[in-house]
Amino acid sequence: MIERHESVVVTSFVRVTVPLAQLFGLYVLVHGHESPGGGFQAGVILAGSYILLALGLGREALERHVDEPRWIALAAAGVLLYLAAGVIGLPRGAFLDYSGLPVDGARARWLGILVIETGVTLAVATTLVVIFCRLAAREPMA
Amino acid sequence: MSEVLLAALLVLLVALAVTAVRAGDLLVAALALGAYGFAMALTWAAIGAADVSFTEAVVGAGATTVFMLAALLRTTRRRSVATPGLRWVVLAMVAVFAVELTWLIAALPPWGDPAAPASVHVSPRYLADVLRETGTPNAVTAVLADYRSYDTLIETVVIFTAGLGCWLLLARPDR
Repeated sequence: MIERHESVVVTSFVRVTVPLAQLFGLYVLVHGHESPGGGFQAGVILAGSYILLALGLGREALERHVDEPRWIALAAAGVLLYLAAGVIGLPRGAFLDYSGLPVDGARARWLGILVIETGVTLAVATTLVVIFCRLAAREPMA
Repeated sequence: MSEVLLAALLVLLVALAVTAVRAGDLLVAALALGAYGFAMALTWAAIGAADVSFTEAVVGAGATTVFMLAALLRTTRRRSVATPGLRWVVLAMVAVFAVELTWLIAALPPWGDPAAPASVHVSPRYLADVLRETGTPNAVTAVLADYRSYDTLIETVVIFTAGLGCWLLLARPDR
């Protein structure tokens, strides 16, 4: 079972590292246009920060932050955000094609990438955390 | 120098893979697999595939290892014993595949060959036009989230479905 470590070194490390990891995850998301990384990697890093929280401060600390049904809904919201980015171009162009929009093409596609990556991040991060929550749960499996 | 480094990484990959397969203790196998993921990430980085390296580092070395360890906590560290008669069948199948793959390597273009089919198909067009068309210097991001965004959409649906499936299968008994 994943329990809290009563060690000042472990808890302090986790308390400092978790917010830093989350900040880095957001950086990887918004800077994916210019540097290696993007929505998927950002999602895994954000999920990793929550897993680190559980490994250091115990499963209960994670469960305080994660309401599983709501997080599954957030994952669905990520997929829907992706779909929404595709539907925007639909009336005058095609699905996931922004060329029909009355805006600068490159700018629209740059923005489309950011919206899509945000959806991916949301879906990946919440999915991985929920899977970890289920694997780390205390009660026996059904 | 980089060839020596790459060769060392490839030897390390084989050693870690054999360790993961041969280990009697599944905890050792899971950690060897995590180390394999990290060595794989270094290999991708060594050949200049930064985005793939990043993904391999966070998924292969990170998330997968943690999931394996969490699964071991809920099951057992002992490996189940293989059926003795089946071993020779498996060995024969693996041998056939090994010979086939080794034979196929000869048909592959050399690594980094600018005339390789993968380098002359649509890649040059993406690399030439990506900045003008999408304003995105990282061509990998542009290909994943713009030129090939159908792929990424379905991948995201797959991840969501996997999470939903895990959540429902491992749900609390009282719900």
